[in-house]
Amino acid sequence: MKHICLYFQVHQPFRLRLYRFFDIGISHDYYHELNNRTLLQRIARKCYLPMNALLKKLIDHWGPERFSVAFAISGTALEQMRLYAPEVLESFQALHRTKGVEWIGETYGHSLACLKSQDEFKRQVRQHQEYIEKLFGVRPTIFRNTELIYYDELARWVAEMGFKAMLAEGADTLLGWRSSNYLYESAVAPLKLLLRNYKLSDDVAFRFSDRRWSEWPLTAEKYAHWFSDIPADQRLINLFMDYETFGEHQWAETGIFEFFEHWVNQMISEERAIFLTPSRVIEMHQPVAKLSVPMPLSWADSERDLTAWLGNELQTDAFETLYELEPLVREEEDPSIQRDWLRLQTSDHFYYMCTKFFSDGDVHKYFNPYNSPYEAYVTYMNVLADFRTRLREKSAEALKVATKSL
Amino acid sequence: MRVLMLGWEFPPRIAGGLAVACYGLVRGLSHHGVSVTFVMPLRTGEEPPDGYRLLGANEIDIPYTQSLSLPPFWHTVRFYGVQTTLGPYLEQFLTPELRFETVPEPVVSTTESALRLEFSGKYGPDLLDEVYKYAYAVSHLAEREEFDIIHAHDWLTYLGGAWLKEKSGKPLVVHVHATEYDRSGESPNPAILAIERLGMETADLVIAVSFYTRSLIVDKYAIPPEKIWAIHNAVLPKDRQPIQRPPSERKVVTFLGRVTHQKGPEYFVEAAARLAPYIPEAHFVMAGTGDLLRSVIRRVAQLRLGARFSFTGFLPPAEVERLFDLSDVYVMPSVSEPFGISALEALRAGVPVIISKQSGVAEVLPHALKVDFWDVDGLANLIYGILRYKAIRPFFIRYAQAELSQLQWERSSARVIEAYQSILG
Repeated sequence: MKHICLYFQVHQPFRLRLYRFFDIGISHDYYHELNNRTLLQRIARKCYLPMNALLKKLIDHWGPERFSVAFAISGTALEQMRLYAPEVLESFQALHRTKGVEWIGETYGHSLACLKSQDEFKRQVRQHQEYIEKLFGVRPTIFRNTELIYYDELARWVAEMGFKAMLAEGADTLLGWRSSNYLYESAVAPLKLLLRNYKLSDDVAFRFSDRRWSEWPLTAEKYAHWFSDIPADQRLINLFMDYETFGEHQWAETGIFEFFEHWVNQMISEERAIFLTPSRVIEMHQPVAKLSVPMPLSWADSERDLTAWLGNELQTDAFETLYELEPLVREEEDPSIQRDWLRLQTSDHFYYMCTKFFSDGDVHKYFNPYNSPYEAYVTYMNVLADFRTRLREKSAEALKVATKSL
Repeated sequence: MRVLMLGWEFPPRIAGGLAVACYGLVRGLSHHGVSVTFVMPLRTGEEPPDGYRLLGANEIDIPYTQSLSLPPFWHTVRFYGVQTTLGPYLEQFLTPELRFETVPEPVVSTTESALRLEFSGKYGPDLLDEVYKYAYAVSHLAEREEFDIIHAHDWLTYLGGAWLKEKSGKPLVVHVHATEYDRSGESPNPAILAIERLGMETADLVIAVSFYTRSLIVDKYAIPPEKIWAIHNAVLPKDRQPIQRPPSERKVVTFLGRVTHQKGPEYFVEAAARLAPYIPEAHFVMAGTGDLLRSVIRRVAQLRLGARFSFTGFLPPAEVERLFDLSDVYVMPSVSEPFGISALEALRAGVPVIISKQSGVAEVLPHALKVDFWDVDGLANLIYGILRYKAIRPFFIRYAQAELSQLQWERSSARVIEAYQSILG
């Protein structure tokens, strides 16, 4: 019998409004309120609510021993649910009460902070842990980084923070001849690694409704059969995907919900598999090897690297300019500064500046509010320019107060 | 394959993109072994010689004895020729203080056995007359020249092309670099429209310089789409080194083109007004002339931006290259631009380019910065980004140069040859 680990990523960024240079120093309102609200409400309607209901039904039916799932919900997504669709948050809390859900830790802002600052990275991870604890009453012990970015140095930091395991991409460059269908561990830190089976994950996440795909239409029977084809000693299959796969990337009309339900029922009723959370996986499996990853890996595009976020001059300039502000932000206690600092670090802002529009374009265009990477860059830089003026004003004020008291 | 090509402009006589495109195309066709005879109104002898034959309509002998037999279509277009002004072309000549060249009176010279027509070759008040004379002169090439196909560039030569087709029975290709709707918006000149329609209807095949223009031809002239090939212009490789810029804090924002409705100069000025207070070192150059120049200058004065603007008038090609070398950004806010070859020339000079979404060149530059022509704030914002944020320039140049290297006249010409073959059978 196989052990399937289902993990879903839930993330929404605070998309920026059309912020022009003449707003710099005048308006500190950066976000496209209407856009963010309508998008979140649409996704709630099409994906979060119906899929949560389906998962709850399956957990209730089979019990958490046989069917559980894991989620990582970014802090920005949770904030947006609280602001725009509180019923979604409630529905996640209801799902939590089934005891069939594990909450995975991540950076609060779904950021790339790890590439720039250990301090900022750890601060955000803690902030996210605290927020999850506040909402669900448990503190995550399994970690997954933004877009499954993973490398050795990061494994050290994550282990230092007390996490037991981390999710990563089962990339060919990492595994070579080995299979992702085992538990691994880091070569540099006491940290277990669950690696994504990208073939079986993407069959659902990307290819499910693709009529040019030779396997279309993918039925629950056919998909279930592919799991039986896996050699018996490869017991662990990690299926990691965007939660928006269900109902949003793949519309309800494609039959994705029915497919998922039938497949789960079939796998369990025919005793082909049970569905485990990452915490139970590391209890039940022993790592088969230590893996070393000197350079960052991600789950993005065919390259599985960072080029979708930091692959061109626009992205690196914006990224460097952002983190130049970190020391100034550290001196601030103003909650609105701290809030904007987190929201501006969200990786999506850099994704929008990506120029791989013409190869992996379909995915990149999804939810992208800009017509071109230039617009994304100029808008972002304008916002940063304003953010910087606020930091300067604040530190000038602080200086004034300090000198007065002398 | 022998092509008799009719065109109004050829280097070094350049008024806009037409001459540049004709030159590139002729060179590209010669490269593929096509024999081209290019007939322009007036040959000056300064044209670059390069594997093709140039002929002036002023060199065509017209026998005295021949009685004038007009083709059947003549009256449908000739009717409009009376007392029309040719808006965008003409206004610059009617504005005395902005006049850069004067128009000589056309005269007829005679030799012993034949007469020859004389042409100014300029866009003067007698333009329509010259168009008719040109058509008459080139129609005599039907008996004298050996050719397989007639290829006419823009409305100025369509009559000549139609007449030649009538007399020779050879297929006609008309090449649309711009239409009257691009030049004059929704108030087109009926004479020119009639000539354009006649040319496109008579033609066996129409070449449009972009998909943008192709769909305009379908919509406005009701030409069946299967008869129209969209073949993009290209750019000749750079054959010069850029000049050294004097060290200066000044940032130069450039507009280049006819100062007419089509090119959107007003939007450039309004964007400049938005930008000027925020970037004190920005300087705006408007190169070109046209019927809106006076009102544009008035508007600049009204905005108190006179000290920030330079109006250069019409610039010859060498000066254009120099201007690009001095520019930090080139802006083409055209309201309707069939192609916009100057954007490619700016790119070739390494200048970041902002083009309107209403331009054909946008189709071949996926990485260019694009904005709706009417979106003045958006335009100002992109200019601001280029001048203030350092990553755009190197990024843009890397991508745009790669795109530019794909735009070779050899490729475009190969497509033109395919188009020829499709009608020659």
